[in-house]
Amino acid sequence: MDHHRSSTLLDEALALDWTQPRVIVIEDCVETNGAFVLHHVLKRSLALHTSSTSAVIFLAFSQPFSHYDRILRKLGCNLVTPKDNKRFVFFNLLTLECPDGDEGKTSGGLPSLYREIQKVIIALHEENRKSITIMIDDISLMEVAANGSTNHVLDFLHYCHTLTLEFGCLLVTVNHGDIYSSMERPALLLQMEYLADILIKAEPLSTGLATDVHGQLTVLNKGICEGQGNSRNRTHNFHFKVKENSVECFYPGTRT
Amino acid sequence: LRDGALEGEHAPALSIKDSIPFGSDVFNYVLTKLSSNILAGKSQSKGIVLVAFSRSPSFYVDFLKNGIDLVSISILDCYTDPLGWKDSLRHVRNLDLLLSAIIEMGEALARQGKGRFSVSIDSVTEMLRHASLSSVANLLSKVRSHDRISSTFWLLHSDLHEIRAIAALEYLSSMVGSLEPEKLSLLEQNSRKGKFHVRFKRRNGRVRVMCEDFHIKQSGINFINQGLLPKVQFNLQLSEKERIDRAKVVLPFEHQGNGEPMHIYDGRRSLSEGKGEIIYFRDSDDEMPDSDEDPDDDLDI
Repeated sequence: MDHHRSSTLLDEALALDWTQPRVIVIEDCVETNGAFVLHHVLKRSLALHTSSTSAVIFLAFSQPFSHYDRILRKLGCNLVTPKDNKRFVFFNLLTLECPDGDEGKTSGGLPSLYREIQKVIIALHEENRKSITIMIDDISLMEVAANGSTNHVLDFLHYCHTLTLEFGCLLVTVNHGDIYSSMERPALLLQMEYLADILIKAEPLSTGLATDVHGQLTVLNKGICEGQGNSRNRTHNFHFKVKENSVECFYPGTRT
Repeated sequence: LRDGALEGEHAPALSIKDSIPFGSDVFNYVLTKLSSNILAGKSQSKGIVLVAFSRSPSFYVDFLKNGIDLVSISILDCYTDPLGWKDSLRHVRNLDLLLSAIIEMGEALARQGKGRFSVSIDSVTEMLRHASLSSVANLLSKVRSHDRISSTFWLLHSDLHEIRAIAALEYLSSMVGSLEPEKLSLLEQNSRKGKFHVRFKRRNGRVRVMCEDFHIKQSGINFINQGLLPKVQFNLQLSEKERIDRAKVVLPFEHQGNGEPMHIYDGRRSLSEGKGEIIYFRDSDDEMPDSDEDPDDDLDI
């Protein structure tokens, strides 16, 4: 099928192995929205051939369930059934507000959210759902919910990172690069770049707007550090066009 | 770091600064090298206390177990639950507790009464997220001046801190290593090469700067010794022929006359039949010409 073939550039670049703990950070901007990458990974997570052992935990700060349901339906993926089967756990956090002065405490707001997630994962593990993906959309809104406390968000991400190692999950986060463009040292953005095993940047083309190409995607795959510090970096860069039912990814100049 | 501290002095401390994720490779390299030195008995320190903030202890265990005996390394786990969200006891906000935990672990490691140990912190950047700069600086300074501590090293991400914080930590260290990546576009960054600049502060106040190229490969990190010579347009080194000729030069006061009577002019006209003799012992034979060694280094002022 057409969309299978062209999405595989993205899949190739990601080289995802759902059994290994990885952190994927998607960075986009106003001109090029990177949400399609999130939807793509979501679709792949739920459509795994070992589908009975996979599950997705979705932390939604930006859109309600109906939004994602509608989009994934167009991509050919049903979200309602997995949601009913508890394979797709949706946390609607649009109205989450962390109490002020939350930082030093281990209760309330983000810490309790973390504990909820941990409980869910343990329950999923007991049901033998071992390939778990945690998705956060998006980090900048989480920061708003945390009353602007970057440290608190970073603490939460750190704990999620421990979860990925403990349970072998995949962590996918979305952040908007241009929100921090006025800051000299965008701590949150940089910290996330350090944290990421795979960094995906969605940027506009240097030549400006175009009808056929919506932007370019740069995927930096840092490889896995194991044993004696084995590590390989692989960078892929290609253009993409977001269509109604799919995304087309192609190398620059190869589009007919 | 290997030779450690002298009695009554601060322990040497190495700050590794990076701004791209190469730093952990260098940190791991130093960790490995120091551990193997400890195992071989070549270093002053008898063990390493590794304070792990950004990677889990199991990562280090896996990383080090290829060839390094883990008996000499203790890992203080600050990664798993630094803030107590998982209801365990570790709270990294209280640095006094952290310090005593480090000391306790180290003393257990070094066993005998006078044994020393090393402390390594895998990310001071993480530490600074949880505690103020002054308390972190306080902790590091106490670590350096503790009489059971042989040496210490830590990793810092320079692009995540203000200049003030970086400067404070540089003051605290006797050696600062900074990593400079090769300036390539994002696409070409697959090769992972760069330069490692090190600044040493000697006891007598002298500063020495060194630069080495490094190359991160599958199997680890390779340092290619660049040597101390700056790249200039004239030749600073001696060719083989020049080296031989130089060795042939006979210095004044070294020749014994070659069969001819020696004429030594001593500037005085009065003593004409003087039995003057100049005895010259050359003491710098084993020093390379143009070496950077400071002859005053062994002065104990």
